[in-house]
Amino acid sequence: MWVIREQIGLTGTKFGCGVALCGACSVHLNGEVVRSCSIPIANIKATDRIVTIEGLSPASSHPVQKARADLDVPQCGYCQSGQIMAAAALLRKKPTPTDQDIDEAMTNICRCGTYQSIRAAVHRAAQATAAPAAPRKPAA
Amino acid sequence: MKKLSRQALINDSRRQFLVGSAAVAGGGLAVGLPFGWGDTQAQSAAGASPLEVNAWVVIKPDDNCVIRIARSEMGQGTRTGLAQLVAEELECDWKKVPTEYPTPGESHARKRVWGEFSTGGSRGIRISHDYVRRGGAAARIILIQAAASQWKVPADQLTVSNGVITHAASKRSTTYGKVAAAAAKLTPPDPASITLRDPKLWKVAGKPLKRLDTAGKVNGSQMYSIDLKLPGMLHAAVKDCPVFGGTLKSFDAAKIAGRPGVQRVFAIKNRTVVVVADTWWHAKSALDALPIEWDGGSNATRSSATIDAHLKEGLTAAEAYAGRDEGNTLKAIEGAAKKIEAVYSTPFLAHVCMEPMNCTARVSADRAEVRVPTQNGEASHAAMSEESGLPLDKCEVYKQDLDGGFGRRGGNQDFTRMAIAIAKEFPGTPIKMIWSREEDIAHDFYRPVSQCRLAAGLDESDKLVGLHLRVSGQSINAFQNPALIKDGKDDRQLQGYWAKPGDAQLGYSVPNLLIEYAMRNSHVPVGTWRGVNTNQNGVYMECFMDEIARAAGKDPLEFRRALMQSHPKHLAVLNAAAERAGWGKPLPVGVHRGIAQFMGYGSYSATVAEVSVSPQGAVKVHRMVFALDYGHAVNPDQIAAQVEGSAAYGLSATFHEEIIIKDGRVETANFHNYPVMRLAEMPKVETVIVPSFDFWGGVGEPTICVVGPAVLNAIYAATGKPVRSLPVRNVKLV
Ligand code: FES
Ligand code: FES
Repeated sequence: MWVIREQIGLTGTKFGCGVALCGACSVHLNGEVVRSCSIPIANIKATDRIVTIEGLSPASSHPVQKARADLDVPQCGYCQSGQIMAAAALLRKKPTPTDQDIDEAMTNICRCGTYQSIRAAVHRAAQATAAPAAPRKPAA
Repeated sequence: MKKLSRQALINDSRRQFLVGSAAVAGGGLAVGLPFGWGDTQAQSAAGASPLEVNAWVVIKPDDNCVIRIARSEMGQGTRTGLAQLVAEELECDWKKVPTEYPTPGESHARKRVWGEFSTGGSRGIRISHDYVRRGGAAARIILIQAAASQWKVPADQLTVSNGVITHAASKRSTTYGKVAAAAAKLTPPDPASITLRDPKLWKVAGKPLKRLDTAGKVNGSQMYSIDLKLPGMLHAAVKDCPVFGGTLKSFDAAKIAGRPGVQRVFAIKNRTVVVVADTWWHAKSALDALPIEWDGGSNATRSSATIDAHLKEGLTAAEAYAGRDEGNTLKAIEGAAKKIEAVYSTPFLAHVCMEPMNCTARVSADRAEVRVPTQNGEASHAAMSEESGLPLDKCEVYKQDLDGGFGRRGGNQDFTRMAIAIAKEFPGTPIKMIWSREEDIAHDFYRPVSQCRLAAGLDESDKLVGLHLRVSGQSINAFQNPALIKDGKDDRQLQGYWAKPGDAQLGYSVPNLLIEYAMRNSHVPVGTWRGVNTNQNGVYMECFMDEIARAAGKDPLEFRRALMQSHPKHLAVLNAAAERAGWGKPLPVGVHRGIAQFMGYGSYSATVAEVSVSPQGAVKVHRMVFALDYGHAVNPDQIAAQVEGSAAYGLSATFHEEIIIKDGRVETANFHNYPVMRLAEMPKVETVIVPSFDFWGGVGEPTICVVGPAVLNAIYAATGKPVRSLPVRNVKLV
C-alpha cells in the first residue's frame, strides 16, 4: 500500500488500519481483491498485475462506479475506493450476487455507515451488467 | 519491505502494474502531480475577488455561481445542503454551482464575515441557515439591481430564474455572469431587511438533490489531507506516551541509525517520540523498531475496573447535582405499590474515523500553514497560532474535506498542535504527520464511561408516580471546558433529560421526577462522540421505560403514549414510527419489536427495531423504522443517508465497541480488538420525515440516541431479560 501511495503516487488506495482488517487499501492482484497493506512488495512477482481504483475503468465507467454515483452512495468517501474494488471483484466472480454473497464478500469497514446503499449499489451494478439496456430502477 | 526506487516502480508499472495504466505510463493522473496547499478547491477566498458579489457568492463570467461554505464537509452532506439554501435565494442555475471553503485566516482578516466554522453538534445547517439564505438573497438583489441600472428600468420590473434576468416589457435578458462585475460595486442591502422565501415554496432547498461531491469519491480522485504531496515534504510517524499523563523516559536512537530515509528521531513535550523520514513507511517502520521507555507515573495503576468502582460509588453517594427535582420523588417511590430498580452501564468509546488523525504543517520564522482534516477550521487556526507562537494573521489553515469526524476533529486540535510542534523543528519544510491506527485508537478523546441507577414507582393502577435517575460518570466539560460548569452544575451530562424545550427535552411528564448527576472523572481524556450524552442517556431512560412498562403489564408504546400527552412533537414521531413499522401487527416467528424515542440537537427521533435472538444468543437486527422531526428538511435524501449512517454507528456501539483501560493506557489496539459493525449486520433502514416547519433541528446526531435502546428493548422482548450493560457482545443473552 505505501509503495502504491507514496512511491507510485496513486492515493486513491487508502490507509485505514495497516493490518488487513478494514479493506480501505483493497486493490486487485491478478483479478482477486487483496488488502494491499499486508502484501510486502517483495512478494510481488514481475508477472503480477495490480489494478488500483484509478485503473478500474476510464472515466468512472465501471458498472460498480456508475451505480455508486447514481445512488449517491459515498458519504465521506474515504472507504469507497476499497469498497468499489471489493464489489468489482465480487461481480466478476458472481455476476448476480445474492444478499448473502454480498454479506460475505463486502467486509470492508465504512464508519459513515453507507452499508445499506452499498448493498443496493452492488445489486444495481449487477443488473446493469446483466441487462445494460434495462430501464433505470429508482434509487433504493 | 524491499526498497524500490520510484523510477524502478514506474518502469515496472509499464509492464506489470496496471495502476491506472494510462496514468502511470503517461504520467498524467498521479505521478509527480503535487496536491499542494490550497489548490484543490478554489481556496481563492484570500482577498475579495472582483467578482465577489458578497462573502457567500462569487459569480464567474461563465455564469458559474461559486457558493462559499464555511462549515466542513465530512460526508454528512452539509456542503450540498448549505449550497441548496444559498441557491434557493440566489435563484441561480443549480447545474452551475461549484463550492469553495473560505479560509479561517481570511475570515479572521475580514472580521468573521462567514460566522462560525465549527461543524459539530449537528449545527452545520441549523445554526447558519438564516444568514446563508440572507447572503444568497442579498446577492440576488444587487445582481438584479445591476441589470436594472444598466437598462435604466426599475428593479421591480425584472424577474430572475436560473441565473437569467429578464425584463419582460422590453424583452431583454442578461445573465448573472454578465452583470456580476457591476453588482460587486453596489452597496448590498441590509440583510435584516430581506424577506426570505417561505420554506413551503422552496424549489431547490428541501428537495432530494444529488450531492455535489460524489464524482471524486467513486474513482479515487477525491483528495483527503492524508493524500497531500508537496515538493520537499517529509513525513512524520509519532508515538505518544501510552499512559495518559505519563512521560517519556528514554529512547535508543542508535538502534535505528542508518535505517533508510530516516532524517531525525526526537521527542516533543517530553511525551511524544517522533521519527521524520522521506516517506511515512520509512518513518513508521523505524519508529516500530525504536526501543522506547515510558514513565507512566501514578496513572499507570488505573484500569477499567478501578474506574468502574469509582463510578459505582457515585451511584449511591450522598452528594449529586440534581438537574431536575420535581415533586417528592424519593417519597413517592418509597410509598409506591410497585418498585422497579436497575443499574445500567456504558463504556468508553473511540471514534475510529476511517482516515487516521493527520495534519501537514509548514512553519517558518514568519508564517505557519496547515492542511488538516478539521471539523472546526477556526479552532485549528487558534491552536496553530498558540503552538507556533505566530499571530493569527501569520497563520493559515487550508481545510480539506475529511472523512467522518464524529466529534473527534472539533475542539481538540491535538493533531494540529502536534504537527506544528514537529514542523517547528524543520523550518520551511512541509511535514506530513500521520498517526497509525493504533496511535489513533490509543489517543482519542473518548466517549465518556458512565453508569446509571434508576428507580421507579407504580401505584395500584400501574400508573408511574415517581422516577429517580442518577447518572454517575465522567464529565466532558470537566475535561475540556471547566468554565462551562457553574457551581458544580454540569447539565450537559444530563442532555436529553432537560425540562427546557427546544434542544434536548425529556418527552415524558412524571409527577415526581428526580434526575441527578454524580461527576466521577478519570484520567482518560474524554470528548464529544456522535450524539454525545444523548446516546447513553437515551439507553438509560428508554430501556428502563420498557422495564417499567413490563412491570405495569402494559404495551411499551401505550405506556409511553400515556406519559407524553404534553409533548406533542415527541409523540408525533413516536406514533409515526409505530405506524410505519406496523406496531402490534404479527411478525415472523422469532422476530420481536422494540421502540424508543428521544430528543437531541433540536430534533425529535423515534425508532422501531425488529430483532431476533437465536437459541445460541446470536442477535440479528432485521429492520429499523425511524421517524424524525427536524423542523425543516433541507435535503431528504441526505437526511435518509445520515439516519442510515447513525443507525450503523449506533449499532456498532451497541453490539461491539468498547475501550478497555489497563495499566493506565488503552489496551484496545486496532480493529481486531475494537470490532466495528460491517455490512452483513446492517438492517434494512426506513426513514419517515415528519417536518413541522416551525423550528430548525440538527440532522447528523439526533437519531443515534434511539438506535441502542430500540434494539435493546427488542432483545428484552425476545428474551424476557433486560440488557443493562454494553456492548451486547459481552452479555450472555440466553
Ligand atoms: S489499511 Fe489495509 S485493510 Fe486496512
Ligand atoms: S463513506 Fe465514509 S467511511 Fe465509508
